Amino acid sequence: MFDNINQILFGLYPYVAISVFLVGSVVRFDREQYTWRSGSSQLLRRRLLFVGSNCFHIGVLAILAGHFVGLLTPHEIYTAMGLSVEAKQMLAMIAGGVAGLLCFIGLTLLIYRRLSDPRIRSTSSAMDIAILLLLYAQLILGLSSIFVSAQHLDGSEMLKLADWAQRIVTLRSGAAEQIADVSLIFKLHILLGLTIFLVFPFSRLVHIWSAPVGYIGRSYQVVRRRGGASAIRGR
Amino acid sequence: MSHFLDRLTFFRKNVATFSDGHGVVTNEDRQWEESYRQRWQHDKIVRSTHGVNCTGSCSWKIYVKGGIVTWETQQTDYPRTRPDMPNHEPRGCARGASYSWYLYSANRVKYPLIRRRLLELWWAERANKGPVEAWAAIVEDKAKAKSYKQIRGLGGFVRAKWDEVEEIIAAANVYTTKTFGPDRIAGFSPIPAMSMVSYAAGSRYLSLIGGVCMNFYDWYCDLPPSSPQTWGEQTDVPESADWYNSTFLMLWGSNVPQTRTPDAHFYTEVRYKGAKSVVVCPDYSEAAKFADLWLHPKQGTDAALAMAMGHVILKEFHLAKRSSYFEDYCRRFTDLPMLVMLEKRGNAYVPGRFLRAADLQGALNQSNNPEWKTLAFDSKSKEIVVPNGSIGFRWGESGKWNVEEKDARGGEKTELLLSLADTQHSLAPVAFPYFGAEAPHSFKTTDHAEIQERQTPVREIMTKDGPVLVATVFDLLAGNYGIDRGFGGGNVAGSYDDNAPYTPAWAETITGVPREQIITVARQFAENADKTHGKSMVILGAGLNHWYHMDMIYRGIINLLVLCGCVGQSGGGWSHYVGQEKLRPQTGWTALAFALDWNRPPRHMNSTSFFYAHASQWRYEKLDPEEILSPLADKSDLPRSLIDYNVKAERMGWLPSAPQLSSNPLHIAAAAKAAGKDVATYVADNLKSGALKFATEDPDAPSNHPRNLFVWRSNLLGASGKGHEYFLKYLLGTDHGLLGKDLGHEGVEKPEEVVWHDEAATGKLDLLVTLDFRMSTTCVYSDIVLPTATWYEKHDLNTSDMHPFIHPLSAAVDPAWESRTDWEIYKGIARAFSKVVEGQLGRETDVVLTPILHDTPGELAQPFEVADWKKGECPPIPGKTMPAVAVVERDYPQTYAKFTALGPLMEKAGNGGKGIGWKTEHEVDFLKQLNGTVTKPGAALGQAKIDSDIDAAEVILTLAPETNGEVAVKAWEALGHITGRDHTHLALAREDDKIRFRDIQSQPRKIISSPTWSGLESEHVSYNACYTNVHELIPWRTLTGRQQLYQDHKWMRAFGEGLAVYRPPIDTKTIRPVEGRLTEERKSVVLNFITPHQKWGIHSTYTDNLLMLTLSRGGPIVWISEDDAKAAGIVDNDWIEAFNSNGALTARAVVSQRVPAGMCMMYHAQEKIVNVPGSEITGKRGGIHNSVTRVCPKPTHMIGGYAHLSYGFNYYGTVGANRDEFVVIRKMENIDWKDGPREQVTTAAE
Repeated sequence: MFDNINQILFGLYPYVAISVFLVGSVVRFDREQYTWRSGSSQLLRRRLLFVGSNCFHIGVLAILAGHFVGLLTPHEIYTAMGLSVEAKQMLAMIAGGVAGLLCFIGLTLLIYRRLSDPRIRSTSSAMDIAILLLLYAQLILGLSSIFVSAQHLDGSEMLKLADWAQRIVTLRSGAAEQIADVSLIFKLHILLGLTIFLVFPFSRLVHIWSAPVGYIGRSYQVVRRRGGASAIRGR
Repeated sequence: MSHFLDRLTFFRKNVATFSDGHGVVTNEDRQWEESYRQRWQHDKIVRSTHGVNCTGSCSWKIYVKGGIVTWETQQTDYPRTRPDMPNHEPRGCARGASYSWYLYSANRVKYPLIRRRLLELWWAERANKGPVEAWAAIVEDKAKAKSYKQIRGLGGFVRAKWDEVEEIIAAANVYTTKTFGPDRIAGFSPIPAMSMVSYAAGSRYLSLIGGVCMNFYDWYCDLPPSSPQTWGEQTDVPESADWYNSTFLMLWGSNVPQTRTPDAHFYTEVRYKGAKSVVVCPDYSEAAKFADLWLHPKQGTDAALAMAMGHVILKEFHLAKRSSYFEDYCRRFTDLPMLVMLEKRGNAYVPGRFLRAADLQGALNQSNNPEWKTLAFDSKSKEIVVPNGSIGFRWGESGKWNVEEKDARGGEKTELLLSLADTQHSLAPVAFPYFGAEAPHSFKTTDHAEIQERQTPVREIMTKDGPVLVATVFDLLAGNYGIDRGFGGGNVAGSYDDNAPYTPAWAETITGVPREQIITVARQFAENADKTHGKSMVILGAGLNHWYHMDMIYRGIINLLVLCGCVGQSGGGWSHYVGQEKLRPQTGWTALAFALDWNRPPRHMNSTSFFYAHASQWRYEKLDPEEILSPLADKSDLPRSLIDYNVKAERMGWLPSAPQLSSNPLHIAAAAKAAGKDVATYVADNLKSGALKFATEDPDAPSNHPRNLFVWRSNLLGASGKGHEYFLKYLLGTDHGLLGKDLGHEGVEKPEEVVWHDEAATGKLDLLVTLDFRMSTTCVYSDIVLPTATWYEKHDLNTSDMHPFIHPLSAAVDPAWESRTDWEIYKGIARAFSKVVEGQLGRETDVVLTPILHDTPGELAQPFEVADWKKGECPPIPGKTMPAVAVVERDYPQTYAKFTALGPLMEKAGNGGKGIGWKTEHEVDFLKQLNGTVTKPGAALGQAKIDSDIDAAEVILTLAPETNGEVAVKAWEALGHITGRDHTHLALAREDDKIRFRDIQSQPRKIISSPTWSGLESEHVSYNACYTNVHELIPWRTLTGRQQLYQDHKWMRAFGEGLAVYRPPIDTKTIRPVEGRLTEERKSVVLNFITPHQKWGIHSTYTDNLLMLTLSRGGPIVWISEDDAKAAGIVDNDWIEAFNSNGALTARAVVSQRVPAGMCMMYHAQEKIVNVPGSEITGKRGGIHNSVTRVCPKPTHMIGGYAHLSYGFNYYGTVGANRDEFVVIRKMENIDWKDGPREQVTTAAE
């Protein structure tokens, strides 16, 4: 029984969530171009947004990077680089903790602003509020996992989680079994994280896909040729 | 194909670089740019306009995309003007540009709505009864009727089916017609020029069943009574392009950039051309910044300013130095040379009535109407002559009704004598009234005697009743202005600095305007007019005309214009702009609108008197007529109170009445037959005996109530309903905020002509039906709300006085949701009525009473004294000493057939207007071919069809001289017979022009000159009022046939308004009852309550429009001065409450330097449905601007049966003034939004 549930939640559900996340994003990008936006409320009220939004975005970008690198980098690469498991665990806890705290401050401000400011509140969709609360819950779970990790300074739990993640993305079996015995906090954190992937295409989070990273390196002036790609195809 | 795949071009995206790699040429997808192109792409553009009472009548492009109206922009394809003139286009304003918001907004009425309690009662009764019986069972049961009436305005609507509401309305109408009479069904819809077909839809239905069409121009107080008084014309004004021809432009109480936005460019342009401009306005309005000189008199004292200017002009340009242009103009075109008989009063004389031919032995050989022919002296022979043109020549003879300078007896040329001072004369003391010694509240007074005797040149003549002193109007006018002409005696001023009425020094005391400025402006105004032959113009409007004594303010200004020869001259004259009353194809429209093609006369009513009586506002009347009577008045035979004056006026045939008589008019003809009398005699006899009474004599009797009311194209309860709280209490029977006590509870003297009930009737209306496209305040209070098409969803016609074009409203899209056009709605009601009435009523005879009407031969009814048949002073003679009595046959089951076909009376009786008649066979034949004929057997078989709204528009366009050149020529010809002059040259050039509906849809069309208007549409002059009077020598339609500055009717003299005088505002006494009781506990101020037209709406329309709300403060506001705000402890944007004994309103304060101390301004008609919290004082929701007003009619406006002072629909009658009101203003402490459950509200109400 336990194995089945574990298999569904951590072996199957990740694929469902990631499929919806990828296919949903593409479909929305193709079908609903006008909804593809961050939905900024800066025009309506600047108060709290500057501090809140910056704290949140800096924090969350650091956390995302940490998760990505920390979970998906094969263990051997760390050791080859001379980073021990213990050190990596410490690094994850400290860097993650700092970024998480920054993110927490930002998110708290943003939630307060969104719920208490009547102008923002009444222009918010249910999803706008829901996604903030989801992120908040996920962040709190993530931060509380630091205390769990503190009892496993040897990084053993971390390795299990990384193994799970690597198995999932590399389509190998046995992923769920890897984390069958990790702390409930981690499990909840994973589940909620997958859920965020699941609702991602239906929320304003899609703006992540369109973050204007290219601006950093592009030429000063961009001239788009008349009748671009679509015109060439003779639409 | 796919936005996503199109993005996957990383490696072939960049195709080239330039500028050393600083620039890159890419190949990336540009499809997203389409969204910007599509933003302004559309499927079609349709021409329409806005049917809102703003006078703009601007042509708009309505853009439609995917079946949805997306936006609108201004049309620019108006026909050009002339090379020396700016063009009309573009016309439009921010309000019009926001209209498309309404179509798909939450405030749109989408389905027929009905009060749930009423529908449930209907279902219960209808289950086992016929429709009429079911309706009877509801309204005859007091508890049932109360259950739905008492929650009017408090929510409770449910969606209904069209068939069902049509049947309910029809049942209510049939029941009311059968039980009480069709005159208990009334309809209120204003300003047909906004959307002529929509107006006509309802009025045609009502006129076919015998219902009452209520007027609006008087009720809105936009009617300037001074216009019919002076010119015998409702209102006729220059188009805005004519401002450009002026060289001295005064804006007096008119805020052109704000309220005539599309026309304001002509004002700017003429300023660039070099015209001088003086703006007179108490507040620093948007217009003030255009001024070379801004005069800011104390509000309401404009007459004093005008009188002082008149003093200067008369003295400097008519007496000291004589302008030959002015003198010639006054002699030929005004009543100034006419002779007035003087009456002995004590040791002095008072001006009496005009001397008439009938007063002289032998009547100067005048056998036709000698009692209506005024006389003057010839300046050469010094003998009395009978000048052409007085109203006696208009009727009963032809060829002499013109203002050629001729003696009618032999046709010799005669130059009339203006002043007896220029010939042999004696001097006599003539007494003039002075009203400036007493004034309410903060208005300044002077301590001059209320009777001012001044030496006046007179001459004794022999009448058939003995010797009489006569004076010319000119000499009386000079006496009235208090100018020292060297005749000795007192009360005259030799210097402008004398403290005597009406010197500039005196005016400085009253108005606060420095005397030097008054003198300068008057002098320059006249100097300009003298040099340019009349190119001085005054633009004026509601700011002046809404005062109780508006006719004095206006006549003071009209005197300036007439004395300077400006009226009827291009670039000069009187430019009164208020509502969009100019229905250019009027005579084509009246036939359709009042079903004159089927039966005549229609039932018309003046709304001010109607609502005064039936909203029980008279029960609270605190103005004693004695307070406003002249100190020289003979008070012996004058009524006691204002409603008494009204009752008397109705029975003498002066004013209309509705409901008319105490009995059902469908029963009178049968009773007459039984008594063996003809109907008119029967009615006269029974009125005399008292068996029949006028309904107004007992407005509280259940048989005399209005029972059903239709409101369409109007927001009666949210905008024009003066005495809002009285409407709520008495007509609707619902929650109200009335704070005062009626005369019974005050224990004061009551009217003598009206039955007093201690318990007044409340909830008089059984059914209130409103047609609207938006959920207005009136809709909220209605029983049934019908969703109507917007101005982009129907076909209709629209004209304005500001330009010469006729515009269409066009259906850019079909009516959205379940809405229908007004034409289809009333067609549906007519269909249901015809069905429900079967077996209830058949072919009935309806007895219709009409007052003595202007522009008909009947207007020569009561030439001398005021005689009341009820007092035994004369016999009751229908059409002469009492209303005319007509019998109209109504075939009720044929109502629908008649509604949808043009009736046979057009061919039989012809068409016409303003006293000119012509035949219409040719046009009717044309319509039969154009619209097709009815093939269904019935009353309409073989008649031209009027099925669709376009059919109806074609009827109007075909029958009207303004849109059918052939008719125009016919009409000018008809007028030529009366004047003895050929006028057809004014229209011959356009004889073959026929303007059809599709023509105006393709481009606005200039209308054709018509004799029913006094200006010309031509390539040479801009439209200017009275232009044809001056240039074609067509008389004004007044007693003297000239511009009449002296009003000789007995009541005019009794109220001291024979000549223009300064009268301070009246005391409405609405502050005292609330003082102490409500003002002690908090700081407050008492301020004059001024309700000008606004910036973010047109009346109440657009005030609920999100775009306009966003531009303004988003809810009701009251402007107050910094001083008053400080005194009351109010800062900007505070919630405040304004109240008096009429009620209370809540709003935010706008504290501004714009406003002078002592007054506050609340832009009128800010909807009660947006952002209005509860009142702390009444405990109910805060009211609208009219919550603190009440109608107070003026007796001189009731005068009738007397040439130009005769009733006409929207022409003359009581007006709903509201500027004299005061309110207490204080800051609110508790803002209660009253958003709790309804139960609490209704319990509190019970």
